[in-house]
Amino acid sequence: MLKEYRTISEVSGPLIFVENVDQVQYNELVEVELPNGQVRRGQVLEAHKGRALVQLFEGTRGMDVTQSRVRFLGRVVELPVSGDMLGRVFDGFGHPIDGGPRIIPEARLEITGSPLNPYARAYPSEFIQTGISAIDCMNPLVRGQKLPIFSGAGLPHPQIAAQIARQAQVRGKGEKFAVVFAAMGITFEEADYFISDFRKTGAIERAVVFVNLANDPVIERIATPRMALTVAEFLAFQKEMHVLVILTDMTNYCEALREVSAARKEVPGRRGYPGYMYTDLATIYERAGRIKGKNGSITQIPILTMPEDDKTHPIPDLTGYITEGQIVLSRELHKKGIYPPINVSLSLSRLKDKGIGPGKTREDHAEVLNQLSDAYDRGKEARELAVVLGEAALTPADKKFLKFADEFEARFVKQGENENRTIEQTLDIGWELLTLVPRTELKRISDKMAEKYLPKKDEASAKEATA
Amino acid sequence: MKQGSIVKVSGPLVVAEGMADAKMYDVVRVGTRKLIGEIIELKGDKASIQVYEETSGLGPGEPVVSTGLPLSVELGPGLMGSIFDGIQRPLQLVNQIAGDFITRGIDVPGLDHEKKWEFTPSVAEGARVEPGDEIGTVQETVLVKHKVMVPPDAKPGVVKRIEKGQFTVDDTVAVVEADGVLQEIKMVQRWPVRRPRPFKEKLPPVAPMITGQRVIDTFFPIAKGGTACVPGPFGSGKTVIQHQLSKWSDVDIIVFIGCGERGNEMTDVLIEFPELKDPRSGEPLMKRTVLVANTSNMPVAAREASIYTGITIAEYYRDMGYTVALMADSTSRWAEALREISGRLEEMPGEEGYPAYLGSRLAEFYERAGRVVCLGSDRREGALSAVGAVSPPGGDLSEPVTQSTLRIVKAFWGLDDRLAARKHFPAINWLTSYSLYADRLGEYFEKQVGSDYPKLREKAMSLLQQEAELQEIVRLVGIDALSPQQRLTLETAKSLREDFLYQSAFHEVDTYCSMRKQYKLLKLILRFHEVALEALEGGARLDQILELPVRERIARARFIPEDQVDSIDDIEAEVVRQMPKAS
Repeated sequence: MLKEYRTISEVSGPLIFVENVDQVQYNELVEVELPNGQVRRGQVLEAHKGRALVQLFEGTRGMDVTQSRVRFLGRVVELPVSGDMLGRVFDGFGHPIDGGPRIIPEARLEITGSPLNPYARAYPSEFIQTGISAIDCMNPLVRGQKLPIFSGAGLPHPQIAAQIARQAQVRGKGEKFAVVFAAMGITFEEADYFISDFRKTGAIERAVVFVNLANDPVIERIATPRMALTVAEFLAFQKEMHVLVILTDMTNYCEALREVSAARKEVPGRRGYPGYMYTDLATIYERAGRIKGKNGSITQIPILTMPEDDKTHPIPDLTGYITEGQIVLSRELHKKGIYPPINVSLSLSRLKDKGIGPGKTREDHAEVLNQLSDAYDRGKEARELAVVLGEAALTPADKKFLKFADEFEARFVKQGENENRTIEQTLDIGWELLTLVPRTELKRISDKMAEKYLPKKDEASAKEATA
Repeated sequence: MKQGSIVKVSGPLVVAEGMADAKMYDVVRVGTRKLIGEIIELKGDKASIQVYEETSGLGPGEPVVSTGLPLSVELGPGLMGSIFDGIQRPLQLVNQIAGDFITRGIDVPGLDHEKKWEFTPSVAEGARVEPGDEIGTVQETVLVKHKVMVPPDAKPGVVKRIEKGQFTVDDTVAVVEADGVLQEIKMVQRWPVRRPRPFKEKLPPVAPMITGQRVIDTFFPIAKGGTACVPGPFGSGKTVIQHQLSKWSDVDIIVFIGCGERGNEMTDVLIEFPELKDPRSGEPLMKRTVLVANTSNMPVAAREASIYTGITIAEYYRDMGYTVALMADSTSRWAEALREISGRLEEMPGEEGYPAYLGSRLAEFYERAGRVVCLGSDRREGALSAVGAVSPPGGDLSEPVTQSTLRIVKAFWGLDDRLAARKHFPAINWLTSYSLYADRLGEYFEKQVGSDYPKLREKAMSLLQQEAELQEIVRLVGIDALSPQQRLTLETAKSLREDFLYQSAFHEVDTYCSMRKQYKLLKLILRFHEVALEALEGGARLDQILELPVRERIARARFIPEDQVDSIDDIEAEVVRQMPKAS
């Protein structure tokens, strides 16, 4: 029989102090029963001799000091997991909210997980085709990578995330694929968009969804991504599935972290976020990867909204230091009506070199990638120059690059929300665009590749005429 | 040793009472799971302990036992080619014992105590030896001859017994008698990580550490025994630079510390290094590399320890008389670990929450680098260079870790994300970076590379400076406002940027560039400038000069393989031939 304590001495924000306890453990799971019978869960943040500091996931509203009863459960926060979780929707703490039956657990796993031994890791190298040109060609995603989307308020990151979840595949293999989706502090509409999109397209069958809405307990958000990753690890490394984990929105998660830190009166780091935020985020993002000798993998796409589109804000900044690149969305492109508004120049996939090339995508991929990015940068420079000095001041070559940059945005970056391009289609569009600039300017393209893939001038113009 | 008991657990910090006998920095075993920790504060009989493993489930009342010893590493044959965590547990072994995920309370020694090594004595019985003297060798890997030395804390004396044979690191390989006391010498030494290993004297650095990276070797060189830091925002290529240095530096030993960084990056090193060939011996690079990996999701206290573990191993090889390069990626993560522990100790914070002693800790660390006369009677020299990556938040160099580091290190390679965004790699900003070794090493370069080398470098630097100023003018009033000479300066600076400073880490030839080739390339580009300037003055038109076919060859010169470097001279002759002559 568990001991019950009625010795709460202080309630402050999401934290309570419980006195005269014995046998309390760090990170232990706690239940608090309110006078009205409601039960809330929490976790021990500091275990003192005879005293415990507990963080309540569901907040302290309505809690009193004299009547509420506290039970220490003697175990850390665990999640019952099972293969049957696919196709189900849970709240931020892992309880089913879709009206379906209870989950009969195959295992109970600690949600904090354990660090993966770097020696046991296999290096990510399998190309994932998302069907989005700006990602597949310019910033390719590989299995086991963590590639965040840096977005801003009002940008269409939900659509992009849903499109990736729908279309992502490793080519030519009929392997088991699953999506684990964790929503933290997003609005009902946004969550509903994802869930109904998953339902509509049938993706829900292979998805596990955790939802912590904006009006759900803030502190619960700290547990939500860990719940999601615990299921993902189970599916990936015990059921050998390839799991894509989408976490949205990490900004809300960090806000929750700051709230707890402030309540604990900790010395704040930059902008009031706790000094350990890097480490804390790492314990989430680093749970992506592959393991030697195992079939499954975890690929992560965390989404965060940059406050004021500022990349140096602590949340995107610390994220960028941990993740293997970033996809940056651009407000400017969005305003021009380009979907997906991916800023190709600021985006980066650190693992791209490992995932592309013959046998993986196509032999010309690296050259096309480099040349498109070079030419686009030059075109953008010309665009800036044209703004300052007028288009007349541009050299003939610059004018061609300017045209290229416009076309690149309109035909390569821009695509439909349901348009699923193969990597070959993407590369072919790239080659077509490259005909807009003289061959002599294509310094990154070798003669061999040009011979094989570069459309001949007249063909290209004929095509353009028909289009 | 008396047993204490836990009174408080807060993340990686545990406070225990009944610890009156304990000493600062003693290693303790915490709780029933015997987690490894280290005492970092003593108040009365209460000790604050930083625990190197996850503390979930630990509670007040559990026992704490001190080992009475400071945090130490095992030094001896078997280090090379290994990958350790922050407290020298071999991750390969941990993998075998505990599986793919690192669980807690695993206790494995740093070295393999079963393996037998072929020991060859290098002194005879009856010889007099003092601490630091080499008494024998072990071929640790094909690349590394491990010197077995008399430990620094032994007494000088006479070798009584020594023999050739197969021994484990725990076996006695020699007996040295000092004042009638017999000292047994083993191949393993234990050394506390926070204490620098002793040497006879420190020497100023005189030779450059050639890295094969043009922007570094030519413009911002680092000396053997020197220190450098590489600050840069994410995505600016810090890790690639560190990898390049590990691959190509002309040193005997590399120690690479992955401190709070990505797991996949360490895996990359683990996969790539055994396949990469050492440019001098043709053997796999891993055979001269030690990795210390404490990735960002591994316990934060062990991250704090990891750089000390790494530098102690590096010092040990320096003591053998080797040139060692140590890479720490990233010292910011180490500083953050320091900050986290300090915060939990409720210390008064300094800037941005970092403890006030951040600067002195960093200084202590970098001061362990240097060129030294090693212990021992042969006055052999060893050198340890330290290169630390810094990850400033938001790329803002005014933050405390960067600033504290800059006060200590002598070379600064400032990475610029604008350069990275323009795909200029290595993205080292030539206008803000500096190296205080450049002057000191000038003499070496003059002698070894070319007598006009320092002059060429100065000239190139000034052209790059002028470019920045001229670009300002172009932005304001357009290119037409410039004279042909000024436009030529812009073109040459562009050539310097694209054909010299730019270097592809992924191109098989371009990834490494010898000093000789660097010199010839630099000379070629500046020669073109000089000749073109003359031609301009003789009345030639600029566009005519810029259309010369030889410019294409200049642009491709960096791809010329090392064994054909002399063909760069032909291009230089070609420059003179093609240049329009004054009419």
